Amino acid sequence: MNTDNGISRRAALVKLGLFLNGVVGVFLAVPIVRYLFSPVIREKKIGYESWLSLGGLEQFPAGETRLATYRNPVVNAWDGETADIACWVRNVDGQKFQVFAINCAHLGCPVRWFAQSNLFMCPCHGGAYYQDGSRASGPPERGLFQYHYKIDQGNLFIKAGELPTPGRAANTAANTKRGANTCA
Amino acid sequence: MRVIQKLGAWLDLRLQLGTPIRETLEHPVPRETASWFYVFGSAALTVFMFQIVTGILLALIYVPSAGEAWNSLQTLNHGISLGWFIRALHGWGSNFMVAIVLIHMVQVFLFGAYKFPRELTWMVGVLLLLVTLGMAFTGQVLRFDQDAYWGLGIGASIASHVPVIGPWAVNLMLGGPIIAGATLSRFFALHVFVIPGLLIAFVGLHLLMVLKLGINEWPMPGRIVRRATYMQEYHELTHKQGVPFVPGAVWKDIFFSGFILIAIAVCAVHFGPFGPGGQPDPTIIQTAPRPDFFFLWLYALLSFLPPSAETPILLIGPAIGIIVLLVLPLLASEGEKSWKRRPIAVLTILLIAVALGTLTHLAEHAPWSPVMDAWSSQPIPAEFLEGRTALERHGALVFQVKQCHNCHSLDDKGGQRGPALDKVAVRLTEDQLIRQVIQGGGNMPAYGKNLSPAETSALVAFLKTLHPASQSPARDASRAAVLGPSEVSPR
Repeated sequence: MNTDNGISRRAALVKLGLFLNGVVGVFLAVPIVRYLFSPVIREKKIGYESWLSLGGLEQFPAGETRLATYRNPVVNAWDGETADIACWVRNVDGQKFQVFAINCAHLGCPVRWFAQSNLFMCPCHGGAYYQDGSRASGPPERGLFQYHYKIDQGNLFIKAGELPTPGRAANTAANTKRGANTCA
Repeated sequence: MRVIQKLGAWLDLRLQLGTPIRETLEHPVPRETASWFYVFGSAALTVFMFQIVTGILLALIYVPSAGEAWNSLQTLNHGISLGWFIRALHGWGSNFMVAIVLIHMVQVFLFGAYKFPRELTWMVGVLLLLVTLGMAFTGQVLRFDQDAYWGLGIGASIASHVPVIGPWAVNLMLGGPIIAGATLSRFFALHVFVIPGLLIAFVGLHLLMVLKLGINEWPMPGRIVRRATYMQEYHELTHKQGVPFVPGAVWKDIFFSGFILIAIAVCAVHFGPFGPGGQPDPTIIQTAPRPDFFFLWLYALLSFLPPSAETPILLIGPAIGIIVLLVLPLLASEGEKSWKRRPIAVLTILLIAVALGTLTHLAEHAPWSPVMDAWSSQPIPAEFLEGRTALERHGALVFQVKQCHNCHSLDDKGGQRGPALDKVAVRLTEDQLIRQVIQGGGNMPAYGKNLSPAETSALVAFLKTLHPASQSPARDASRAAVLGPSEVSPR
């Protein structure tokens, strides 16, 4: 065995060793990446968004807008009160409803309802909305997010389960008209 | 003494660290750098180490669980002996660290320290600024109260603007579909493991380069940095005229670091810990979320950006800013170092400081937010009601009941979202007032559907009285011509 062979063989062994580690690395990377991205992958599972009861219709008198709360469908035991979500329910005329997300369509702060002036106002950057959820003034680009709703055996249900944000409003009713007509 | 010497020799034979440490301590630095201007970097490092210690102390009690975090903060504040003090030290330490890092950055920028051969030192410094801000933001989330909860909502909303991957980015950031336990857990991991790890690595690199390349010399107007000659010139400054770092320069660093630690402790004792504010319960909506001090300027900016500019500025602006900071030393690696000969550099700093200062100041008052309870808590001052007719007083009532006061001030009371109405009758005629109330516009909601004709008449009658005694209200000259002066006489 001459020196040249020895060196080249050792160099080859180093390369082989690195290659083996690379293969192991790839094998480990797949589950690690999948683990890291589980919040995204899980979105595809059924039940991520569910029909949730907001309670009996008698809580929402015709012509009024009331605060309702629900427990998010996907929860962990340690979520505590963060899994309790609020929303605004507007009983338009006793037949039709609108259920608005609590989150301002600008950057998600909690909007408050003022029955006297029939406006929703946001405490963060001054967004304001009319009673039908359409934009009245301020920085929001659009009206309030709306949940799909249905009425079943005297109870009001909404389809909810994820935080509505300006860039992913697809899962809530996109605009006033569609929201009101979708279910019911 | 002899025992200690023997022990030292025994250790050094095995560690072999004595010589490199001595060389590091005694390395020569330019004489003028033994200055109070050169103490901010070491102070930032001191505060960082202080944050590690106080952070570990807090981790002994803190529970990174959405259901328990707020309670564990209450326990720290009230249930553990001096727990409030450790929280206050960590919170004030955070503020001081961001401030000192910013001051350090301004100082090295104005002293031209980013020029050849210290370009990479500056770039790592930019990364250090980013991870420091990352620590400040994630730390604010760990103080898991209402501000933290809604702050996360704002972060998620901004992330959702990213084209194509926005919705996934939100889920990745929150760890699930909503702000909940998984969100706090991942911010805890970021704040306690990931970002501090990066911070330690970057600090190590930064310090290594400062030691290898030497501290930036005091800039002299006219002393130009040239690649070809700089190393030789710097060598002469350090080795012919320089002083050893220890003890020549270090005593000022030690004094300043000690002073900063005392200042943090004094603030902690005097002002106490930050929060926590209300419980992170999203069903409690009577809240006006505000970010911590160093993010207030962003909060103000977000309320002023027109909707169409928001997405591009939010997403592209920071990227451009970071790229500019990173490539700055590559674009200007030679030339004049002294701020006395770099007017644009000085003006840039002033401009940024004034802009950030103004935005921060505005955010502390948030004039763009309606004062949510002005209509029920701030009565109309008596001078606006005295001697008014019944109709006008009824209009004042409409003004309160319809929450006009939330956005419009009278005598500096009430909201500042819309213009102050103390003299509105001077600006707008009766017809213009009616049109503005009913149709809105100029960022005012339309009240046409919310006011009966009687309420509108009363409200406008009240608004028409809002003018100084010495100034008559605005009136439409054409109406006077048509109806005759008797019909349109002002009050």
